Amino acid sequence: MKDFILPTRMANGDIDMGTPRSKSTTMVTLKIDGFDVTVPEGTSVMRASAEAGIQVPKLCASDNLEAFGSCRLCVVEIEGRRGTPASCTTPVMDGMIVKTQSSKVKKIRKGVMELYISDHPLDCLTCAANGDCELQDMAGMVGLRDVRYEAVANHFEARNSSGDVNTQFIPKDDSNPYFTYDPAKCIVCSRCVRACEEVQGTFALTITGSGFDSRVSAGAGGDDFMSSDCVSCGACVQACPTATLQEKSVIEMGTPERSVITTCAYCGVGCSFKAELNGDELVRMTPYKHGEANRGHSCVKGRFAWGYANHNDRILNPMIRDKITDPWREVSWDEAINYTATKLRDLQSKHGVKSIGGITSSRCTNEETYLVQKMIRSTFGNNNTDTCARVCHSPTGYGLKTTFGTSAGTQNFDSVEETDVVIIIGANPTDGHPVFASRLKKRLRAGAKLIVIDPRRTDIVKSAHIEAQHHLPLLPGTNVAVLSSIAHVIVTEGLMDEDFIRTRCDWDEFAHYAEFISDPRHSPEATAMLTGVDATELRAAAKLFATGGNGSIYYGLGVTEHSQGSTTVMAIANLAMMTGNLGKNGVGVNPLRGQNNVQGACDMGSFPHELPGYRHVSDDATREVFEAIWGTTIDPEPGLRIPNMLDAAVDGTFKGIYIQGEDILQSDPDTKHVKAGLEAMECVIVHDLFLNETANYAHVFLPGSTFLEKDGTFTNAERRINRVRKVMAPKNGYADWEVTMLLANAMDSGWTYTHPSQIMDEIAATTPGFANVNYEMLETRGSVQWPCNDDKPDGSPIMHIDGFARGKGQFIITEYVATDEKTGPRFPLLLTTGRILSQYNVGAQTRRTENSQWHEEDLLEIHPHDAEVRGIRDGQYVRLASRAGETQLRATITDRVSTGVVYTTFHHPDTQANVITTDYSDWATNCPEYKVTAVQVALSNGPSEWQEEYNEQAEQSRRILPAAE
Amino acid sequence: MSPDKITRMANQIATFFATQPDADKAGRVADHLKEFWEPRMLDQLADHLKNGGDGLSPLALDGCKRVLELPA
Repeated sequence: MKDFILPTRMANGDIDMGTPRSKSTTMVTLKIDGFDVTVPEGTSVMRASAEAGIQVPKLCASDNLEAFGSCRLCVVEIEGRRGTPASCTTPVMDGMIVKTQSSKVKKIRKGVMELYISDHPLDCLTCAANGDCELQDMAGMVGLRDVRYEAVANHFEARNSSGDVNTQFIPKDDSNPYFTYDPAKCIVCSRCVRACEEVQGTFALTITGSGFDSRVSAGAGGDDFMSSDCVSCGACVQACPTATLQEKSVIEMGTPERSVITTCAYCGVGCSFKAELNGDELVRMTPYKHGEANRGHSCVKGRFAWGYANHNDRILNPMIRDKITDPWREVSWDEAINYTATKLRDLQSKHGVKSIGGITSSRCTNEETYLVQKMIRSTFGNNNTDTCARVCHSPTGYGLKTTFGTSAGTQNFDSVEETDVVIIIGANPTDGHPVFASRLKKRLRAGAKLIVIDPRRTDIVKSAHIEAQHHLPLLPGTNVAVLSSIAHVIVTEGLMDEDFIRTRCDWDEFAHYAEFISDPRHSPEATAMLTGVDATELRAAAKLFATGGNGSIYYGLGVTEHSQGSTTVMAIANLAMMTGNLGKNGVGVNPLRGQNNVQGACDMGSFPHELPGYRHVSDDATREVFEAIWGTTIDPEPGLRIPNMLDAAVDGTFKGIYIQGEDILQSDPDTKHVKAGLEAMECVIVHDLFLNETANYAHVFLPGSTFLEKDGTFTNAERRINRVRKVMAPKNGYADWEVTMLLANAMDSGWTYTHPSQIMDEIAATTPGFANVNYEMLETRGSVQWPCNDDKPDGSPIMHIDGFARGKGQFIITEYVATDEKTGPRFPLLLTTGRILSQYNVGAQTRRTENSQWHEEDLLEIHPHDAEVRGIRDGQYVRLASRAGETQLRATITDRVSTGVVYTTFHHPDTQANVITTDYSDWATNCPEYKVTAVQVALSNGPSEWQEEYNEQAEQSRRILPAAE
Repeated sequence: MSPDKITRMANQIATFFATQPDADKAGRVADHLKEFWEPRMLDQLADHLKNGGDGLSPLALDGCKRVLELPA
């Protein structure tokens, strides 16, 4: 086995080129310090120099920000020009002759540095940025040896030499849990302010005052970082050239000495990060600028919320128990694995081969997921494998496979840079997919138009310098009616792209669809009564999308988690096809996937009906491919999906389950039903980092490893296969793929993998879309988007360029069918659920970090009118009840939601929003209808009976006996 | 799984295919059931049909019969 060489230099190719890359295709040649340099037109002299390997000193410039020209350190001489222009703000010209070093510019730079340093503390040795400070580097680079000025008026001394208070001194702001702002060290280069605006798009920072009084300020007067609009994305900290904005972890642990490039384990954006370490101690995570998903940006979760990896709650030893009412008993790995294997085989011999199954994890790597489904299909001998995509994007898989032929989004994230009109439906990207949201907002600030279809007025509808042209606040459950009305307007007004439809789709099929959709019952005026969407606004939105240039559609779980989830996905595909918005940059159908590797988990054959590469288990040829390599026979019948497993457990035919990295008790709908299913099983194996809620009903607990502790790959929402690299040894002793292998081998599988790269080789050998993917290639390329094979050796950033994967694109009739979940006198309001920026999913990770400072409990958003008629005041505890169950949580009164609609998040087990959600599901895939539940809200007089019972059971269930010696 | 739930799920599938242009709608329902339903769910469906198949829409009933290879 070849050991891969990990890039370990701190720089890791991270040279700052000073100003952004020019996208021009016209090339310009100039001479810099005697060297000929050819660069695209629009490039700055600074960047052209950097391209030639010549670094011009700089402080206020950074290649992820527009040139600013304030520090005057980057001055150069240009033949034929007067003075000494700043190289960052001077564009190159053909034939230009530049000198970056001359006695004149050297003298200017030294003078500039001298002034900077005269108002800066000289505590370098004890400074947190020592060794990682651009001010220090530049002082060295310009050869500053002497500071002639005395700092009479300054910003860094709390008291002057006579002991009087220095009114210019502002004490350190350490309100943010992850970084500090120390104004004493600020050189007012504005990089943080510009990063907050240009990169993150939040505009939380500003420069107050002018001249000597200029100060960086978060929010308005009186605000600190925590009380300002700051979302703690870390862009300002990344941009700061000094210790002014500094990670607390660096202050505490020191500057890191090595770095490893890896992929974030939170949302489906899949940002690339540098894990920066001292030894095996992680000091900080910084966004990797060459990461093609995030282009050097991050959010509060990936950048800062990694402390869970070392949290005391992590379980590091395997544990077993005979009954869930017993306390846990710590045992050796051997004992745990043998106990589990014996129990599973016993269940199979008593109740049949199909009486057990498993759930793959969308938080684990492709290789781990592949192994889990392989173990189920090959070792267990059935197809009872499923994954959390069942409860999130399974309708995307079904809908896009039916219409286009491929169960995945059509674009890369870069595509957003060329979009002109964006529809966001059922997604809240600033909270759920924040780094993508920042990239989108940048494009919107540059003039792209926005249509938001969402019951709530999400932040993207209106925020700093962003305002949606149209917000269609539909009633939950009416997505199909709204999308059909949009299609109706486009077709009846003749705004479709006939050329595209004729060449790329079946015209007769479209003609049939057009006849269906043109019926007046789909007109916005006809659907307004049930959707609550203003017909004029909808018509205008439809026209804008059809005629506004490149149109892209981004969507999330607000589309899929409905009884018509699959139909809605197909309605989205119809819209993209009829407007010709596929197969090029700036367009497409873009599902924003929830978890880091949910795309990968689906690709890897986690679904009970599909082998890796989305091939049905009934297909003989596909089974033969795997049977030949696995040496076992594969069942040709589909297995049970998660909800079906739980039903079968209650029926008594499903007895054992292996759950890797998934907390179905908290995340799946109708908690009482999930609990009943788990309680009915005889062997529940939870393989996780923590004793999650599901583990309360488990018999075996196998400790999991974090993404920092293993090698592998994640595939993000844009089909990008990105490396996950082991930066430290697994604290629990084994990477997750090794644990699965231990269990499979204890059940006589005889697997011999020694490195995840061998698993990827097996995936490539069996799955056509991955044929050319291997670790060596990923080392060279960084990442690749599937399909990647002989037809597409460089991968596929954009899909369906010349034709659809299925041949012709298929228009599907999308008749609106109202959900069975209806409001009535008992339950008059509609509950819809979602995420918040600082927490992630069930919160198992983020709740164990300082992120809880932003969100420590789930809140119920309710409209002022609905609150008033119920006598509810802001912050009061309310009882939320549906026909499935009831819980208690605090209310927050806001007109973000319309009357008749309430909203909450599901991050906290104390609330358990899913006690409320029902077992209704998508017609095609059984994806639960999380987004529509009829509820009643009333003032509460204490936790619900369920909450009390649950907490008591959880406490009992989490008892651990000390290990027997 | 309760007969109510299995009936609801089968009806949902039939409701979708009822709107599609296929000549053989019952065939599409049957294909979908075959493609996504695990055999013991089909067994439960068969039991429900034996007990009269209450609540199944006409198209769902046709599709179920087709997938279970029962006479129409």
